[in-house]
Amino acid sequence: MDLLVTQALAKSFGDNRAVDRVDFTVRQGEVLALIGSNGAGKTSLVNLVSGLLRPDSGQIIFENNDVTRQSPYERIKAGIARSFQIVNLFDQLSCADNIALSIFSREDKTLKLATLASRDHAVWAEAHDVLRRFGLERAAMLLAGTISHGERKLLDVAVAYALKPKLLFLDEPTSGVSTREKAPIMDIVTSIVRAGGITVVIIEHDMDIVFRYSERIVVMHQGAILADGTPDQIRQNDAVTTTLIGTHPTGESAYGSTGSAGR
Amino acid sequence: MAVFLIHILNALLYSSVLFLIAGGLSLIYGVMRILNLAHGNLYALGAFVTAWAIGLALGAGAPNVVLFVLLPAGAIAAAVAGAVIERTLLRPFYKRPEEYQLLMTFGLLMILEDLIRLVWGPNPLSATSVYASLGSISVGGDRYPAYNLVIIAVGIIAAVFLWAFIYRTRFGVLLRATSQDKRMASALGVNVNRIYIQAFTLGCFMAGLGGAIVVPSQSAVLGMGVDALVLAFIVVVIGGLGSLEGALAGALIVGVVREAGITLFPEIELAVLYLIAAIVLLVRPAGLFGRA
Amino acid sequence: MLAWVVPAMALLLVAPYVIDPFQTLTLTYGLIAAIAALGFNLLLGYTGLLSFGHSAFFGGGAYTVAFLVKYLKLASMELFLAGSVLVAAILSALFGYVCVRYTRIFFGILTLALSQVLWSLAFKFFWVTGGTDGLRIPTPTLLGMAPSDDKMEFLAHHYYYYVLAVFAICVVLMWVIVHSPFGKALQAIRDNEIRAEFIGIRIRRYRLIAFVISGIFTGVAGALWAPLNGLASPDILVWTFSGEIVFMTVLGGFRTFVGPIVGAIAFTYLKTYAVGFTVYWQLLLGTVLVVLVLALPTGIMGAVERLASKIKKSG
Repeated sequence: MDLLVTQALAKSFGDNRAVDRVDFTVRQGEVLALIGSNGAGKTSLVNLVSGLLRPDSGQIIFENNDVTRQSPYERIKAGIARSFQIVNLFDQLSCADNIALSIFSREDKTLKLATLASRDHAVWAEAHDVLRRFGLERAAMLLAGTISHGERKLLDVAVAYALKPKLLFLDEPTSGVSTREKAPIMDIVTSIVRAGGITVVIIEHDMDIVFRYSERIVVMHQGAILADGTPDQIRQNDAVTTTLIGTHPTGESAYGSTGSAGR
Repeated sequence: MAVFLIHILNALLYSSVLFLIAGGLSLIYGVMRILNLAHGNLYALGAFVTAWAIGLALGAGAPNVVLFVLLPAGAIAAAVAGAVIERTLLRPFYKRPEEYQLLMTFGLLMILEDLIRLVWGPNPLSATSVYASLGSISVGGDRYPAYNLVIIAVGIIAAVFLWAFIYRTRFGVLLRATSQDKRMASALGVNVNRIYIQAFTLGCFMAGLGGAIVVPSQSAVLGMGVDALVLAFIVVVIGGLGSLEGALAGALIVGVVREAGITLFPEIELAVLYLIAAIVLLVRPAGLFGRA
Repeated sequence: MLAWVVPAMALLLVAPYVIDPFQTLTLTYGLIAAIAALGFNLLLGYTGLLSFGHSAFFGGGAYTVAFLVKYLKLASMELFLAGSVLVAAILSALFGYVCVRYTRIFFGILTLALSQVLWSLAFKFFWVTGGTDGLRIPTPTLLGMAPSDDKMEFLAHHYYYYVLAVFAICVVLMWVIVHSPFGKALQAIRDNEIRAEFIGIRIRRYRLIAFVISGIFTGVAGALWAPLNGLASPDILVWTFSGEIVFMTVLGGFRTFVGPIVGAIAFTYLKTYAVGFTVYWQLLLGTVLVVLVLALPTGIMGAVERLASKIKKSG
């Protein structure tokens, strides 16, 4: 079933049509990669769907409900969550705190001011469990601002994951991470979300990652969807390869070329 | 009719001084993103220095012309003080969170308050001879102090000069560039430190000028700086922080409302001003001309 | 940190028997300031909002007491506290509703402007508020006990313990609040408001709640202050008084729980001696603040903690 559908969604910044009447669909349970060169509109699209931006026109339908006018809070409660391209964490709180906050929020416990947070053992048990699954156990008591960049990227995803969303948007989860670390991060991320039955949309620039981990690829270009299909279909799509990659990609490129290479 | 005209003149008078103070505050914030809580004390410094200089000159038997020439003394003193303050106290804080800047300028406020008292004592200083020397003119049949027109004139000239300075000179371009994007300006070769000190000095000059030209019509008293700052805040809240047009619009609005308030609702005139500020903030958060 | 609680409380408990009445009074003022600073720091240290308008709640609490005395002829400290809690809650809800839409400098300006509204009202409506002369406040009854003839003894002894009790309750309450899920949510908002929003925290609502709690604490402090000072005047509504609350919090260190308490007591002593020492006490305190912000931004407690960790490392 279609978990998310946008209809003629549009957003402009002055003359720049960041999102140009886009019809975007996400099916339940899939792992979808959203790719395109810088400025194609990927992050804007995610910002619109998650509620960070208000669209100029168009609709966003989530689980057959029109959420276009809903606040971020309502969309999160409905089941949409996201991570951020530039790491957005609570730097002066511990990693466990960061995760626990998502859990407290999810359980509507954040307005409790007369009880000690440390007493809610269930929340902390779950927080540690999430940290363990993401391989961040050792950082549980460390401040989020003090851990390595790769760990922060993982934590950023974990914080969104801890909301137990139905639809999770990951905005460049491996950006700024060394090539060596990218695959492990993606392995963790995709196995966890698959196990939880979460539908995932990943914005990525690294083509190796994209072709390896996604079941479906949506290509954006200048605010519109250029192509939509399985990795094989996209690989053979000439319009895509000339626009984005410049050459036919083989399976063995050591480092996926980023968008602007062939233009 | 004459009474109405006089009300207008009074409003313009008040607006002129307010524009100088608030304009300086806004300029500094616009370029440097610093809100100087001690800004009012630079206005006070201008008033005290001018009154003192005029008092000295009077004591030495100087003619009226000299007294008028001495008027800008306060503005220059404030500018010098501003340059010193920026270089020594403000510069360490540019990279720190703005809460620390606010705190530092609050400490500076306390220091300046007492420095003024230390130098000039607890009693008010006045320069009424300058005020009286121009006599009064006829406004629609009523007498009106001619000096007030000087204040209004200075305000108008300052507004025009500032506008030309910021929008028509090379320095103004650098100023605007730095205020929009400090890093970019720096990358393009703009000496941001120099721009900062110049902007801050200019802002302080304006505040000092406000004090200097107003002191003949009202004495320089301790605490005038603190009072002025709150009014300046109201002006920038209404007009928009960081905008010259906003300071002008805000000053005019406050001047008119205050004059109307004093005439019609003397008790709550001050509260009405604050209420208007609050309403503007509810309806148009960035102020009339402000950028969010 | 908790290890210090017992010795500190012990010291505070025996204070009136060890130091002279004047010192005890100063300490009482210090504890009252500590309650105000504790409330203030919920906003600054934990929510990341710097208010320059807390004098409104302090003064609101004090004037509530004055009005209860003047117009309702009441004399019970408990009623005074109840009244000031109510008034501070309403006032801070109103102010907060307007102010929490903004952050950082705009928030500061707005809180300042709104507190000045109150000041101007107290100033102008002098037939209600006593204007610059203020309103007299006689010593109230404490838990039904009427003040003795020796007013100084009553204040330096019974009133001190009353304030100490309220202080202890406030400390416990605030400690629970900042360690609750709500307290964590506030810190999340402080650290990263966008992320906080995107894990489902409605930031404006939470900021407003923090604002109201903060205002209530400060209002209670004002209510305790009024009978001690004997007079409620517009001086405590002026924005520069708000600045003093900020000063004392930063002096102690706004990143720790006890920082504001330490800073408030230290500031009270500092100001008392400065005022007694020179007429240029503002110059003195202003310099202290500038040096503090330049050299010691984490305040007294920050320096203490750094020292403690250095000792731990080498020891």
